[in-house]
Amino acid sequence: MSANAEDRITNILVAGIGGQGVMTAAEVLSQTAVSQGYDVKKTEVAGMAQRGGVVTSHVRFGRRVLSPAIPDGEADILVGFEPAEALRWCGQLRHGGVAMVNRLRQEPPVVTLGLFPYPDDPVAEMRARGIEVHAFDAGAIARELGNLKLVNTVMLGAISDYLPFPAEILKEAVLARFRERKPALVAVNEEAFEAGRAAQAAT
Amino acid sequence: MSAVNPLPQPERRFMSGNEAVARGAWEAGCRVAAAYPGTPATEILEYAATYKDLYAEWSVNEKVALEVTIGASLAGSRALCAMKHVGLNVASDALMTQTLIGVGGGLVVAVADDVGLSSSQNEQDSRHWGRFAHLPVLEPADAQEAYEMTREAFALSEQFDTPVILRLTTRICHVKGVVVAGEREERPVKGFQKNPARMVMTPMNAGRRIPLMLAREEQLRAFAEVTDLNRLEAGQDPRIGFVTSGPTYLHVLESFPNAPLVKLGFSYPPPLGLIRALADQVEQLVVVEEVEPLLEQEIRAAGIPVHGKDLLPRMGELAPHVLRPAIRAFLGEPAEPEQAPKRPLAFTTPVQVFPRPPTMCVACPHLGIYYCLSKIKNTQIAGDIGCYTLGAGHPWNALDTCISMGASMGVALGLDKGRSAADKDKRVLAVIGDSTFLHMGMQGLLDIVYNRGNVTILLLDNSAVGMTGGQEHPGTGRDIHGLEAPKINFRKLVEALGVKPERVHEVNPYELPTLFKALREEVKVDDTSVIITNQPCVLTERYRNKPPYAVDEEKCTGCSNCLAVGCPAIAVTRRETVVKPNGTEKELTFVAIDSAACTGCDLCPGTCGPEAILPLAVFNRAGARV
Ligand SMILES: Cc1ncc(C[n+]2csc(CCOP(=O)(O)OP(=O)(O)O)c2C)c(N)n1
Ligand code: SF4
Ligand code: SF4
Ligand code: SF4
Repeated sequence: MSANAEDRITNILVAGIGGQGVMTAAEVLSQTAVSQGYDVKKTEVAGMAQRGGVVTSHVRFGRRVLSPAIPDGEADILVGFEPAEALRWCGQLRHGGVAMVNRLRQEPPVVTLGLFPYPDDPVAEMRARGIEVHAFDAGAIARELGNLKLVNTVMLGAISDYLPFPAEILKEAVLARFRERKPALVAVNEEAFEAGRAAQAAT
Repeated sequence: MSAVNPLPQPERRFMSGNEAVARGAWEAGCRVAAAYPGTPATEILEYAATYKDLYAEWSVNEKVALEVTIGASLAGSRALCAMKHVGLNVASDALMTQTLIGVGGGLVVAVADDVGLSSSQNEQDSRHWGRFAHLPVLEPADAQEAYEMTREAFALSEQFDTPVILRLTTRICHVKGVVVAGEREERPVKGFQKNPARMVMTPMNAGRRIPLMLAREEQLRAFAEVTDLNRLEAGQDPRIGFVTSGPTYLHVLESFPNAPLVKLGFSYPPPLGLIRALADQVEQLVVVEEVEPLLEQEIRAAGIPVHGKDLLPRMGELAPHVLRPAIRAFLGEPAEPEQAPKRPLAFTTPVQVFPRPPTMCVACPHLGIYYCLSKIKNTQIAGDIGCYTLGAGHPWNALDTCISMGASMGVALGLDKGRSAADKDKRVLAVIGDSTFLHMGMQGLLDIVYNRGNVTILLLDNSAVGMTGGQEHPGTGRDIHGLEAPKINFRKLVEALGVKPERVHEVNPYELPTLFKALREEVKVDDTSVIITNQPCVLTERYRNKPPYAVDEEKCTGCSNCLAVGCPAIAVTRRETVVKPNGTEKELTFVAIDSAACTGCDLCPGTCGPEAILPLAVFNRAGARV
């Protein structure tokens, strides 16, 4: 970490499970940062992790980004698409970093079959470690809005007030993608984004 | 914070290393690009294929891909061949002789090492091939450099009359960064120049070319000292000077911003003069290279004292979280620097969370095969590489080996011929995917037939290279652009390889009774048999969803039979231990189907005795709760 604020790198770790939209969220964030003139690096997942496995993406931006891997203990924001996955990666947060967590649990077969326990309360465990956690059921919000795929936008809304650029810019970037590909979904994504923002603030 | 980069928007592209390589090749005027898919290199050809003025193909394997690009190069065109690290093992036979011939148009071999084994059967260091084949090795540090160095590689290839190895790693291929690119360079194609003394590698001709190859290597060695691709960067802290190659440059810069270093972009032959100049300025020299200690040994052999793998791991990525503690310990410093704000201890103690291994997809056509295999006793099953390798895991445990592409064939024959007296009644089977069979399995099957092997082969034709994302191959009837292409017929192919027509079965892998029947019959026959499945990978557009199923709670007896299918749409809802009338305890496992995920493949209903798995529509009609 550099003393010079201009040189500061923003580090965002997005974590979840294959198929949840982790990579899309990371891509939207990165593209937005690129459009703001930052140097940006984003890691992608390779191969097998896509099917039900653990997925993470490191998004880093600033004046000049060197290593694409967020160094241990330097993540500013952890975006956890699933509570146990958030717990798995919480050690990557810096002192004073925040975790934004979707409370919707997804138990893999190894858990439902009784081979491994699911942590009793991952969010409480993170808080016990002294981490600032904002946890809410993004799954329920998305379902209420009629589409589980909106979890993605809900989570982006939730972190939008913690970025070095205004929340409106990220929102506009999210909506612009839909305007281009699926204009019918623009309005509901705007709702999802704002719902995420509000849910985060309420926790 | 304000905008920090003055460049106008359209010129700053956000792309992965793979896309950057394709872009660099296209700009360099590359006219032919060929590859066989393989993580992490697959997307290089997928992006190359998006350029209209470039011929791109999926080749059947990496050796053929390299040979196609060798031909194109000799025809005078610039050509790019891409593969994952293990692909170059397959292609190496051609490479080891092409180095004697040189090139016509520039020839670049992009090879991606899966450092950290994200999706590979081993971890190997492709920089070895530079030494083995006397070829220059370029190593970009990020996407921008991947773009620039690809362009540069074509120029060097022609300047020095040599194929050039562009060594990538997972961190280059699969990291997106900001790339400022240029325009395509149109180049005249010289045409094929007949010259048998140069291109027909008889012993006499090859013998004449070896001294030329060695002289070229010396020219490249001199070039390494002067090229901009290598540089010495000053730093204020003289305690350690780092020698970095490829992505480790950025990891070192991130971790030790004040250290002097040599950045190698052209890493073989290494510029020992430049490295010596760094050594003279610092107290200790440390080589940071992924994976093997190649530079380290060469530097030491040149009489320069150096550290490397005595401090750093010999496998995996040398990212800041690995580098920092190792180097700080060497310097006798605490693991976290003094000025970093202290994190509470609870932060840094490791978290224990269950593993989340990858699974096969809901309704994958391989599920039925493994369900059956898991029920057949006394088997030895030679496996291969693809999505179906997951059959080795839970709940099937029905795969006993996995080595390299196509190995299931030869290994199965070896298990048959080498069996011990104790194994004389074991049934030897082999499981191989369609793409893997075409890549390197056909020769193995020919060998089984020719040598009268007693092996039952399951050829899983899902009309896709599933593992790497559903690419096309000669069995799918489409080319890399999705356009119609000649489609090979697997039945005819295996019959042509000598399997008797009555020993070949084509089955729908969702029809369990048919599958069981074919399997039970063939494992009993002392001959070579092939069972070919014929349903598509669910992630391709060839797959059609059908109405979903649900579990009737009232009827489910908790027998857990359907869980043996291994479909991720079936989940355990509750477990109960009951005492049977005879006093023994029995574990019951009740399930539900996630009807939103179920694609109605019809596989699991056949495993449920009490007929508790019914079409979702039945419940909706009855108004019952699901
Ligand atoms: C020499 C080599 N090239 C490429 C790969 C990458 N790779 C692993 S499996 C596979 C193909 C799998 O396709 P298929 O046999 O059709 O099985 P599926 O995944 O569709 O079940 C590929 C390309 C490899 N492991 N080794
Ligand atoms: S990608 Fe295709 S072959 Fe692979 S697990 Fe999924 S359905 Fe099966
Ligand atoms: S029918 Fe059964 S096996 Fe097939 S997708 Fe649905 S739950 Fe999975
Ligand atoms: S096979 Fe049928 S009865 Fe047995 S657990 Fe599955 S749904 Fe229940």
